[in-house]
Amino acid sequence: MSSVQIRDVRKSFGNFEVLHGVSIPIEDGQFVVLVGPSGCGKSTLLRMLAGLENITSGTISIGDRVVNNVQPKERDIAMVFQNYALYPHMTVGENMGFSLKLRNAGSDEINKRVKRAAEILALSPLLDRYPRQLSGGQRQRVAMGRAIVRDPQVFLFDEPLSNLDAKLRVAMRTEIKELHQRLKTTTVYVTHDQIEAMTMADKIVVMHDGIVEQMGTPLELYDKPENQFVAGFIGSPAMNFLKGHVRVNGVATFEGPNGVKLPLATAPTASDGRPAVYGVRPEHFTIADDGAEAEIVVVEPTGSETQVFAKVGGEQVVAIFRERHQFNPGDKIRLKPDPSLVHLFDEATGKRM
Amino acid sequence: MAVMAEPIAAQIKRSSLWSRAFESRNFLGAMFMVPAIAILILFLAYPLLLGLWLGMTDTKIGGVGRYIGFGNFVSLAKDSVFWLSVFNTIFYTVAASIIKFAIGLYLALLLNERLPFKSIVRAIVLLPFVVPTVLSAIAFWWIYDSQFSIISWVLIKAGLITHYIDFLGDPWNARWSVVVANIWRGVPFVAITLLAGLQTISPSLYEAANLDGATNLQRFRHITLPMLSPIIAVVMTFSVLMTFTDFQLIYTITRGGPINSTHLMATLSFQRAITGGNLGEGAAISNAMIPFLVAAILLSFFGLQRSRWQQGGRD
Repeated sequence: MSSVQIRDVRKSFGNFEVLHGVSIPIEDGQFVVLVGPSGCGKSTLLRMLAGLENITSGTISIGDRVVNNVQPKERDIAMVFQNYALYPHMTVGENMGFSLKLRNAGSDEINKRVKRAAEILALSPLLDRYPRQLSGGQRQRVAMGRAIVRDPQVFLFDEPLSNLDAKLRVAMRTEIKELHQRLKTTTVYVTHDQIEAMTMADKIVVMHDGIVEQMGTPLELYDKPENQFVAGFIGSPAMNFLKGHVRVNGVATFEGPNGVKLPLATAPTASDGRPAVYGVRPEHFTIADDGAEAEIVVVEPTGSETQVFAKVGGEQVVAIFRERHQFNPGDKIRLKPDPSLVHLFDEATGKRM
Repeated sequence: MAVMAEPIAAQIKRSSLWSRAFESRNFLGAMFMVPAIAILILFLAYPLLLGLWLGMTDTKIGGVGRYIGFGNFVSLAKDSVFWLSVFNTIFYTVAASIIKFAIGLYLALLLNERLPFKSIVRAIVLLPFVVPTVLSAIAFWWIYDSQFSIISWVLIKAGLITHYIDFLGDPWNARWSVVVANIWRGVPFVAITLLAGLQTISPSLYEAANLDGATNLQRFRHITLPMLSPIIAVVMTFSVLMTFTDFQLIYTITRGGPINSTHLMATLSFQRAITGGNLGEGAAISNAMIPFLVAAILLSFFGLQRSRWQQGGRD
């Protein structure tokens, strides 16, 4: 186990720069999730960490060692690929023991370690099967087993759950988290699914267009997004954004689209009249007599909660209620955001105000 | 009216019999198979059976032969030229196939890497395959000519030898010369087919092996070779069959000479049957190739059987 330091790393393919100076400190034993939309450079960064891509500039160190020019096999890392990359001509046991075999470990040693990893992952009855004979979840576990057997400094996961069905994905999510709690190996995990990021990470790194938008614990990102991108990316359903202006005369309010008045807890007097984006999460709406008028468009009950799509000042917003209201499309309700949980972003820069 | 009604009823009856036949799955199935069966019988089964029959007769060109049982084979068994041709064929096949495989695999591995001008190189590799065999054979004939050989000329100019090499006049020189021509001709097939096989191997397997600590050699040994083995089995079967039955190259370059030292079974068969007029004996020589070919096919059949890792499961 060891820490990982990514310092001002850049990556260009030809003249096209895909990573524009990324710095991420990763502590020993931490579970870090790189999350972002497709093409944000998260997988490229992971592959650079693994040594499968060159580093254009900047440094990556594992432990105390700068690994920019270290061969992948000498970095002492294990990676779980999106398509698992299991060797089809080897049994589960052979797949898991392959790295040890290459290191000329004795067959007793290999058997012992493969057996232990198989027990951890409940793969013991499958050791003589071939990858083709396994289900998706089992293959996923073999890929993890291959990583565990080596007892590496760092685990890398490249969207490991995206080939699984929804139910299995949730189960494997828990399994991976449990595994990390048990082994405490430094882990870097790439995903585009913010729920995976929220549920598994000690630290989330939100990436977008080759830069780091924000780093922090899942709840930090959820409660205090530094910019509109992070605010919109983290949380499901996504945060509602309404464009308008800050008004400060005595009390701070927000004038939304078509003059809708929305509450603000505080705002500096100097910001009066400033164009801004008002962000409110769907679960932070309540129904109150002094709320903004909204017309219900669609109601989606999920059992535990009800998602309500409604128009506020002509803009569509989503609200979630845990109570069971009787709503029908076309109904007029009054939605009130909780002013203490509202986010305000600068309209031009998207930065938190 | 009654007079008219009868023929119409008969017509309806007839057409319904005809259309009922076409509605029957079995009849229709049989009809669809007729063309294929006709072609197979006419062009494969008939010549093969005729060849087998001719091999048991003393047929000469222009005459009707009579059945002599295994007479041709008995006389061939005592014929040293026949046994020389068997030896030549085996030598030719084994030497050419092994070297074709080695060079083909090397080229395929090379072309599978990122190379500058890769598509041009790939086109060049295919070239020998595109040229008609007889044309390339004539080119080799010139290359091996005892007076005008470019190889000898270059070596003499380079000061490496003093006399022109007698490529096609000495038995072993001639054997190796035709083997080289066959290799040149056959490498593209092996290379391109193996390249196709290499390209089906997922790059992430190599990346995983790389992270697992495999060196280049280990990646080749533990990933490339086992993943490629089904393709290798197919390619080598075809390569062996085509080399064993080769005729054009030999017949154009050496005609089996010098002193029968490059005669293959196919060329000897042609010489005895067509040039010499002994159709029965020629057919017998051809038939003698069958056990070898069946052995090669069986070998590859068992080699080709899907390995355990390819079976079962869904994908």
